[in-house]
Amino acid sequence: MTRLFGNPRIFVLMICLLILAVLPYVATLLQQEFLYRVGTRIMIYAIAAVSLDLILGFGGMVSFGHAVFIGLGGYSIGILSHYGITNGFLQFAVAIAGCAIFAGLTGAICLRTGGLYFIMITLAFSQMLYYLGIGLEEFGGDDGFRVENSVFFPGFSLGNRLILYYVTFVVLVGVLIGLSIMVNSRFGMVLRGSYSNERRMKAIGFPTYRYKLVAYILAGAICGVAGGLFVNLMNFMTPAYMHWEQSGDLLVMIIVGGVATLFGGVVGSAVWVLSEIFMPILIDIVWPGMGTNWKLVFGPLLILIVLYFKRGIFGSIPDRWKGGHAAASTSGGHH
Amino acid sequence: MTWTLFLEHTLNGLQYGVFLFLVSAGLTLVFGIMNMVNLAHGSLYMIGAYAAAWMFQLTGSFFLALAFALPFALIAGMLIEITTLRTLYTRDHLDQVLATFGMILFFNQLMIVIFGGGSQMIDMPSFLRGQLEFIPGIPYPSFRLAVIGVGILVAIGLFIIITRTRIGMLIRAGASNRSMLNALGVNVRRLYTIVFGFGALLAGLAGTMAGPLSSVEPGMGESILILAFVCIVIGGIGSIRGAFVASIIVGLVEIYGRSTLKLALVEVLGQEAGQTAAPALASMSIYILMAFILFFKPQGLFPARTG
Repeated sequence: MTRLFGNPRIFVLMICLLILAVLPYVATLLQQEFLYRVGTRIMIYAIAAVSLDLILGFGGMVSFGHAVFIGLGGYSIGILSHYGITNGFLQFAVAIAGCAIFAGLTGAICLRTGGLYFIMITLAFSQMLYYLGIGLEEFGGDDGFRVENSVFFPGFSLGNRLILYYVTFVVLVGVLIGLSIMVNSRFGMVLRGSYSNERRMKAIGFPTYRYKLVAYILAGAICGVAGGLFVNLMNFMTPAYMHWEQSGDLLVMIIVGGVATLFGGVVGSAVWVLSEIFMPILIDIVWPGMGTNWKLVFGPLLILIVLYFKRGIFGSIPDRWKGGHAAASTSGGHH
Repeated sequence: MTWTLFLEHTLNGLQYGVFLFLVSAGLTLVFGIMNMVNLAHGSLYMIGAYAAAWMFQLTGSFFLALAFALPFALIAGMLIEITTLRTLYTRDHLDQVLATFGMILFFNQLMIVIFGGGSQMIDMPSFLRGQLEFIPGIPYPSFRLAVIGVGILVAIGLFIIITRTRIGMLIRAGASNRSMLNALGVNVRRLYTIVFGFGALLAGLAGTMAGPLSSVEPGMGESILILAFVCIVIGGIGSIRGAFVASIIVGLVEIYGRSTLKLALVEVLGQEAGQTAAPALASMSIYILMAFILFFKPQGLFPARTG
């Protein structure tokens, strides 16, 4: 039976995806409608986190400004719908293209630097767009503005929460499959190689800069889709979606789930969204009235996770069955 | 813009730059010497400001507040270093970013729990409340002048300490080869703790002086922290001189940007849109400047020649 699944990780992954697949049904059954929103939110953050894991876990690019693409994707769709263009295909095409172009331009500059400089310059670019968003008086500035839902076909609108849920689900699964094929392809190997030893990769003759830039653009474009889905969920766009804390949150999701595992981003996103909802409730039980201050607990918890639980939840699951042979690696393997 | 207005903006820019320097000096020292990204530095700025606000509300004296806030920030910094950050020195930047991000979440929330979400007040000392006309025709708030003065004194003091004293020599030695210094019998761990505490003290000083000019509130550390990071990156990480030059540049760009852009944008976009857009675009201009500088000099203006 266990041989059916390549390794424990794939087993867990399948179960998680199965849960996500039937969640709307369960929500209707239990009449807990808010589960729709929770599930969609988890999956949208998951798409963003997984895209960040591509460059962070496999390319070693610690971007501290990844949420900028959530904002850029969101603004693309919000602004188009503001002017009455609600065609989903067009909207998402613009969002993807916009994010890819921005990633290409900024990535070309960011990747000239490395280490701390890379962290800070990605942060700086995201701050730049954040302030641009605040300056857009036409689109509510600081307060944001209402966004109509994308319509793909007549009657197929992301305003329908079931459609939005499954579109997000399909995008997430597609991203996971696509990226796991990619990180194990030649391209992915070069990317991982330039993370573990860039000088050596250059010496063999690989233009590592170009490979990293392509990965950076791809990650930005994927995250832009997440942003587009996010404004469809919230029906609202504000610069706050690309605040630097959002970028920090995405990093937190990856580290909680497990760096360089791709699916760890999904686990981390679920943990993040669920702690946002349930931690206040739990804390209120232990210490009434302190629930709103859940970050007082989450902050130190995060420090402990970083210090002592670096592999993350999904990363701690062994990638082979006990006593079995090593399965084809789905993990990044850079430690 | 008239000549006097220009001078006034220059002074405002200088004052803002000096603030940035006080925060970024600690940041760049910690990074240059310990190779450590410390996002919690902004929290130390906030802790200093809150300590000062608490003391001020108790006694009503700015100087007592300052005298309380400085050692408080110093000790808080050392405690943070000893309990948590010390273990992070050998980790990669991602771990450092995330762990100190956790600290930010914690401290911001802690301040909300202790003091509430509202802002706290610190008044400036009475003898600095007026205006001084040290350039004929341009009256300028004395307190802001004092801030500029303190900042410049700190910059000179730091420069002397780093280049002329024994501890400065140890700091530089620790930056270039930590294990060698350790082998020579210097207690590098203690040195790091001292340097960290000193950086915290400077952040606390900046926080206290920010009290009378802006509000003391949760999250006040982050906006200045990000700008301070911009300064140390532009200046070249680890370089005090770079941090100083970059801080002044960033301060001036921000203030000039705000004032001139406002005039220009109000012309183009109309009163209301211009009023909103100008500060946002001025803030943007700093990041554009940073991208521009890093494009040509990926290591910043004054790359520190340390290992």
